[in-house]
Amino acid sequence: MCGIIGFMSKKGRLIKGDKIAKALDSLRDRGNGEGSGYVGYGIYPEYADKYAIHVFIDNTVDFPQIKSKVEEILQRYGIIVKDEEIPVDDSVIKKEHISWRFFYEMDEKYAEIEEDKIVEMVIEINSKIDGAFIFSSGKNLGVFKAAAWPDEVAKYFKLDTYEGYMWLSHARYPTNTKGWWGGAHPFNLLGWSVVHNGEITSYGTNKRYVESFGYECNLLTDTEVVAYLFDLLSRKHKLPIEYVIGALAPRFWKDIDNMDDEKRKICEAIRMTYAGAAMNGPFAIVIGTNQGLVFSNGEVDNKNDMLGFTDRIKLRPLVAAEKDDLLFISSEEAAIRLICPELDRVWMPDAGKMTIARFEE
Amino acid sequence: MSKEVTIDTSGIYYKELNEQINEIIKDNPDLERITLNNVLGQRFIGNGISKNNLTIVINGIPGGDLAMFMKGPRVEVYGNADHAPGNTLDEGKVIIHGSSGDATGHSMRGGSVYVQGSVGYRSGIHMKEYKGKTPVLVIGETAGDFLGEYMAGGIIINLNIQSEDTEFVKNSMLGTGIHGGVIYIRGKVNESQLGVAADIKEFKKEDLEKITYYIEDYCNEFNYSDEIKNKLLNSNYTKIAPISSRPFKKLYTPDIR
Repeated sequence: MCGIIGFMSKKGRLIKGDKIAKALDSLRDRGNGEGSGYVGYGIYPEYADKYAIHVFIDNTVDFPQIKSKVEEILQRYGIIVKDEEIPVDDSVIKKEHISWRFFYEMDEKYAEIEEDKIVEMVIEINSKIDGAFIFSSGKNLGVFKAAAWPDEVAKYFKLDTYEGYMWLSHARYPTNTKGWWGGAHPFNLLGWSVVHNGEITSYGTNKRYVESFGYECNLLTDTEVVAYLFDLLSRKHKLPIEYVIGALAPRFWKDIDNMDDEKRKICEAIRMTYAGAAMNGPFAIVIGTNQGLVFSNGEVDNKNDMLGFTDRIKLRPLVAAEKDDLLFISSEEAAIRLICPELDRVWMPDAGKMTIARFEE
Repeated sequence: MSKEVTIDTSGIYYKELNEQINEIIKDNPDLERITLNNVLGQRFIGNGISKNNLTIVINGIPGGDLAMFMKGPRVEVYGNADHAPGNTLDEGKVIIHGSSGDATGHSMRGGSVYVQGSVGYRSGIHMKEYKGKTPVLVIGETAGDFLGEYMAGGIIINLNIQSEDTEFVKNSMLGTGIHGGVIYIRGKVNESQLGVAADIKEFKKEDLEKITYYIEDYCNEFNYSDEIKNKLLNSNYTKIAPISSRPFKKLYTPDIR
């Protein structure tokens, strides 16, 4: 189960968060009220060049101490330009965690390794500070999630007060691990945000693989590892995005055998080099991507994109649709039609191949 | 007591809608037609309805498991259907003027599902024959991989109307685990596109006789011209059927009784 919907305006048009909330709520039967979440890209124009760090801090008497521990780590490498509690309506759900946001600027001397430092800090805070974890760390974007129904999470975080050019969302039906605020999707790291329907049955292998590169999986659910895999393969190893997808959902050997020489060599190399990154199990995944996405034809995208893909044998649904400048990806067509009744085109992407929404220049 | 009822389903939750439909059927024994307007994502429409001479018209996009366990009615969808329309259909006819999602015709054991457009992956999975009943799934355009997976009975006809019958079809893993029933594909199929347990058999005169009625009926339902109908009837089909009725026998422990 699990319900996914995301959309992007290819012209960068800003759309209020109530639209995505309405669409996700129509997929509530794909979840069970144990986790819903949203991510909006372009929602913090005033602080567009600062890292927007969203942190859940336990709502206990220890709150001030936990918060100052987080600040201490952040201030080690840069300055907090502004910080505040994310406005919430706590009449909707119980405030289990206080959601705090820091707009953060890294010290110039780390300019070359800025993103590595952010990843390092996120890992440090999430694994070392009891009672705090960062659930969003990109620029001009923000994740809003909790263990509740889609409409409750949207009301709690006042989603209608934000405007973004790209929104991804997810209604969770936890299967293998418990439902909690941190386990709700999207999972974010820098510009990467992942929503996922299914199970990564290769989680153990993938977890050990990313851990060998210094990532730590703390959030008690399989999807987290997908965000780290993307960060590693795409940002760190600078693999063209087509090859990243080819590593995570590799072509079958029997298909590789039938490819022409050049393509076969590339696919073989990817399967062998990134064996630990190959994901098994049923999945449909939609990802909001980092700036600087590279394509195999040499193009580089400097804006955030949205991409969706499924496992190779298509054990989870994924529907895509287009209307003017909008591209939608969802678990069900009806959720798209609810917020955009007339569509120019609707299709079901092929298994294991990516569908991507890119900005029009 | 009416023969025709129309419901505006805007904003009605699937459970309430299906309860409402059941009430209407109970209160109107002479009912012949229910029209559901503005359908958007409501699941299980037609679920378990046992009644002949009833047509359910759906204007919009129904949710998953349309006409599940249904016995008798005719369902016409003007829009695309989601996953598994015709799930465990017993009797009746589902006509989809659009495309449908994964697992279309899941576990059908009777009746027919006609899709004008394309169907998703694993369509016709677990179709079976039951006593005198033979389920039929007819697909106008393309089908996703694993068509007829674990099929135990019934007929799947994939017309690939948009392409020529001399072309190879794109889907693979055709009939994985098939142990009964038959899949007819308009166009060519390479051995490598077959799933384990599936085999390509000669398409004979009796096969054409077997599918002629359904192709004619399909063309009538979607108002296709005689020209298209004749083209479809005079096309080359690939017949896919099981290698044996128990393809995985070797994987099980021998019977020790």
